Amino acid sequence: MSPISPLDPLFALGGGLLIGFAAALLLIFSGRIAGISGIVARATGISNSGMPVGQALAFIVGLPVGAVVFGSWMRSPEIAVTSSVPLLITAGLLVGFGTRMGNGCTSGHGVCGVSRLSPRSLVATASFIFTGFAAVAASRFVTGA
Amino acid sequence: MARILISLIAGALFGGGLIVSDMVNPARVLAFLDIFGDWDPTLAFVMGGAIVPSALAYAFSKKLSRPLIEERFFVPANRTIDLKLVTGALIFGAGWGLVGYCPGPAIAGLVFGDWQPFVFVASMLAGMWLYRMSSAFLDSKRSFA
Repeated sequence: MSPISPLDPLFALGGGLLIGFAAALLLIFSGRIAGISGIVARATGISNSGMPVGQALAFIVGLPVGAVVFGSWMRSPEIAVTSSVPLLITAGLLVGFGTRMGNGCTSGHGVCGVSRLSPRSLVATASFIFTGFAAVAASRFVTGA
Repeated sequence: MARILISLIAGALFGGGLIVSDMVNPARVLAFLDIFGDWDPTLAFVMGGAIVPSALAYAFSKKLSRPLIEERFFVPANRTIDLKLVTGALIFGAGWGLVGYCPGPAIAGLVFGDWQPFVFVASMLAGMWLYRMSSAFLDSKRSFA
């Protein structure tokens, strides 16, 4: 794994605050949890429960729109995806299947759920961070890096 | 209409936060998960920054009888930790650690040039759909049994 240049922690905190503010806005105004895997499933018709489809679609459209706006305004990303196609497909399948089975991902469990100290979300977050560590360690072992 | 607008704004702020904090960059996420390599703390700062406004909003929401533009709060009440939750989260984490994408960053990342996030998002939707099909199948078997 090639080393990555450090990011100013102020950008990390500032970006985090924006994410938390987005979740706060959705909760206080619409009463909803900003759980992206659930919102994606709803917007694509894969799930029948959750926020109305129009709201789900608007949120999903907002993600890249906000990324472009803030990207041109504050910092443009240097994105390096080095994974092969089979790896991308495997990872995508696992992420899609796992987030539906476990009812959430990094946003719904990791941010929103942990914020309200939901026992389910605390356990889920610890679980996915654990296998996240394990997957990276395993890739290291396999590639001999 | 107001609810759709709030969803759009929340999505855009969320996407903005992902770009400012470099979470759209899978290499940044992998560097956090790489505890045996050059560990990068960014993701921890992002989580920490996001949890503050989100937790404050949750505390504030408890003082409200209803959200500002919705009839009630849709905060999950389920507190049961079951095998499905843990297994799903473990599967999600494995996929997350393979390439460094979770649902939000992958969707926000669709607009930044390359084809990789498209492969990932398509596979993720397939994974979500597979879960829905498999759980529907298991449910139908259970009801016949």
